[in-house]
Amino acid sequence: MPLTPPAEPDPEPKMNWASFYAVISGVNRHSTGIGRIWLSVLFIFRILVLVVAAESVWGDEKSGFTCNTQQPGCNSVCYDHFFPISHIRLWALQLILVSTPALLVAMHVAHRRHVDKRIYKLSGRTNPKDLEQIKSQKMKITGALWWTYVISLFFRVIFEVTFMYLFYMIYPGYKMIRLVKCDSYPCPNTVDCFVSRPTEKTVFTVFMLAVSGVCILLNIAEVVFLVGKACSKHLHDAGDTSMGAWIQQKLRLL
Amino acid sequence: MSWPALYAQLVGANRHSTSLGKIWLSVLFIFRVMVLMVAAETVWGDEQSDFVCNTLQPGCENVCYDQFFPVSHIRLWCLQLVFVAAPTLLVSMYVAYRNHGDKKKLLQISSRTGFLSSKSPEEELEALKRRRLPITGPLWWTYFISVVAKLLIEVGFMYALYVVYDGFQMPRLVQCDQWPCPNLVDCFISRPTEKTIFTVFMATASSICMVLNGAELAYLVTKAITR
Repeated sequence: MPLTPPAEPDPEPKMNWASFYAVISGVNRHSTGIGRIWLSVLFIFRILVLVVAAESVWGDEKSGFTCNTQQPGCNSVCYDHFFPISHIRLWALQLILVSTPALLVAMHVAHRRHVDKRIYKLSGRTNPKDLEQIKSQKMKITGALWWTYVISLFFRVIFEVTFMYLFYMIYPGYKMIRLVKCDSYPCPNTVDCFVSRPTEKTVFTVFMLAVSGVCILLNIAEVVFLVGKACSKHLHDAGDTSMGAWIQQKLRLL
Repeated sequence: MSWPALYAQLVGANRHSTSLGKIWLSVLFIFRVMVLMVAAETVWGDEQSDFVCNTLQPGCENVCYDQFFPVSHIRLWCLQLVFVAAPTLLVSMYVAYRNHGDKKKLLQISSRTGFLSSKSPEEELEALKRRRLPITGPLWWTYFISVVAKLLIEVGFMYALYVVYDGFQMPRLVQCDQWPCPNLVDCFISRPTEKTIFTVFMATASSICMVLNGAELAYLVTKAITR
């Protein structure tokens, strides 16, 4: 997946999102198909949009916030009152927190590989080719890894929903207003303060919200897929038993 | 030299860490370095340009800013992260020293006996480089000392931040009467709430790292005792 950041004077932050991408996409090999789609949506429609577009929209959020007064300090205080934390920082934190459960899965896979290596060594198979094969083998999502994976999906959904709720609490209605009225000290009276680029900010907020919703749906679909796969595997294995055969018969009638 | 270069160095040392050490490294880079670079630096970006005092007296803003912010949070955190990452390099230095010693021994043995094992000397040397050393003996002590150092550095920096800024909260307004300010002037700090949120976040991440270091120490000690 090519990520080509535009030419900007300060490459450091982009280098970090790029190295973050390198870390997270390593998990990709052990994901389901839906998991890979989720990761692509995350990187293309959220991180890339954040870095390439949203950051410039919010770039002048403080310098462009003007109040109808010359009282020194009134601008700062009113800005702080209406924007306790900027959208950009909230989205950056959301993206970091939402991506980290995938590392749980990566750690579990690394642990399993370590255990497999030990078993190989104990059984006398110390051929470096075998050990290399363990490294490149794709882990099947079964047993304890299945549980780790499903738990990580739940955490992703919980983090997404929490941040959507936080957004709603801090910025009710997801709409950016043009004008706010402020009377905190040292503003001499109720002053009008004007937010910069409110419409563009509303557009991006709604876009990021929509993509966040899509990611939640993908995660839920993945949970349903994994549960369905585990159930069908369980039924297939239990096909010999009378109970399993009875259930299979009933399902065929549906 | 930048954060990714430091990351590359530490990941190399990671092979000889315990699992807790590996988790610690991930927490360090994802929740501290990444958040610092991607979010916190923009919040503190305009800290001096938007520090506004209620006076036209030239120099008053500079002097008051300097009085209330002797060292910026961002610089303190950068220093903290660099210092906290340094003890891990102790471990890599020890491993490199061990490998060098073992390499010498291997070359001496193969030249003295003249008997070649099933593998060629180059393969043996490669296997030496790639092997994972068990954490016993002098390596255990080096590792233990590095974890203790990390813990002390974390505690030291958290305490320094708490003392310099009188807590983790950023006030909206500070009052200043340093020369050349004509009288007690009100000075307003930019984005105090956002700064408080990030200070608390970084303090929490730092505490998590301290807990991980403490757990790692307990694990090392129990492992040594049971052996």
